Amino acid sequence: MVVNTSQDDPEKARRFREAALPYLDDAYTLARYLLRDAADAEDAVQDCYLRAYKHFDSYRGPAMKPWLFAILRNVCRAEFARRKTAPTAVEEVPESAEQAPMWHETPDNPERQMLRRFDGDVVRKLIAALAEPFRETFVLREIQNLSYREIADVAAVPVGTVMSRLARARAMLRTAWLAEQEQVK
Amino acid sequence: MTCEEAEVLLHALIDGELDAGHAREVEAHIEGCPHCAELMQEYREISQAMAATDLRYKAPLELRRRIEKALPQPQAAPSRRSVLRGFAMGSAVSAMAATGLVAIVLRNDDAQRIEAEVVSAHLRSLQAGHLIDVVSTDQHTVKPWFNGKLDVSPPVIDLTAQGFTLVGGRLDYVDARAIGAVVYKRRQHVINLFVAQTANTERRAAKISTLQGFNIRRWSDRGLNYWAVSDIGADELTEFGDKFETAMQANKEG
Repeated sequence: MVVNTSQDDPEKARRFREAALPYLDDAYTLARYLLRDAADAEDAVQDCYLRAYKHFDSYRGPAMKPWLFAILRNVCRAEFARRKTAPTAVEEVPESAEQAPMWHETPDNPERQMLRRFDGDVVRKLIAALAEPFRETFVLREIQNLSYREIADVAAVPVGTVMSRLARARAMLRTAWLAEQEQVK
Repeated sequence: MTCEEAEVLLHALIDGELDAGHAREVEAHIEGCPHCAELMQEYREISQAMAATDLRYKAPLELRRRIEKALPQPQAAPSRRSVLRGFAMGSAVSAMAATGLVAIVLRNDDAQRIEAEVVSAHLRSLQAGHLIDVVSTDQHTVKPWFNGKLDVSPPVIDLTAQGFTLVGGRLDYVDARAIGAVVYKRRQHVINLFVAQTANTERRAAKISTLQGFNIRRWSDRGLNYWAVSDIGADELTEFGDKFETAMQANKEG
């Protein structure tokens, strides 16, 4: 049997478009948060789609989104290397960032009320300020709705690491949000 | 369980990621620990507020175009021969209808514009991750969903047994009007069946056309216009339309 492996196989192109293009906004959103730059994000997403197409023959599913994200993440890491500003490693996170005074408020604290409605722009800024591994985990969970297992696969870490990163990311974000509210007042 | 453990695991509990055993352990700890209970409640609220906030970015149109252009084209360009054949057919039709030419041209223009819009709606449904508003393979769920959303109740017919799986319904916009789209799948191919009201109640036989590589089967029956759009072959789309019309007929008689 002859298998057509031509790069220009129109059937492959059609299948790929149908499977991958619906996630363009998702991919762009992830790239924006990872790279924190609109132009770099566009380049990374384009690169990701072309690489994904090249490897589409070996794609065995079932979930297209995490598969694309894993590729996109590699593209973004290459971009980090190019920028020569390696992302902050887990160990280098400043102590203060994780020392969240989480239980110092009373239940009726007015800040609690503020939490129920978020200002999108402020939250985007706060997420962007998170250190890289926490930001990545947080975005994959809260914005992309991936399961812990899928996040672990995308980020190539154990599920336990996903869990602890997410807990710390949320604690940091909460602290940052409260600090932001403090400033507004 | 210590507070330290609970402070991590409560996130997995909120996210529904804990197995029953661990979930019970965390819940037991929270019941006896006001600090962790407070924290749990707070993170739950944050999670809900986060879900209600739009934190996504939309890919610029320019990026979409760049990627589309960089990928190999899915449809081979029509051969010169088929273009010529189409042209020859077109002239024959125009010659036959010479007397009513103006009327036909106007009606065709209108029909073509709407066909282009229907194809755009089909493309949007595939690309924007918004194929289905109501997900169901059950026609008795999909049909009532349209009630109150449209001035017309699109017929929803389950054709799974005939090889076309009903996957759901969606509201769309065509010709600046809300229109119902009933979504079917044939293997991995999506078929959007757009249904709109028309003042004309006479039955119009189906016509197949092709636009931007998509096949469109258009017909009218009992005050409704139908457009079935898909990338499946014209023969399969014809089969879909025939089976749909047969089932409609059977429904009315039955």
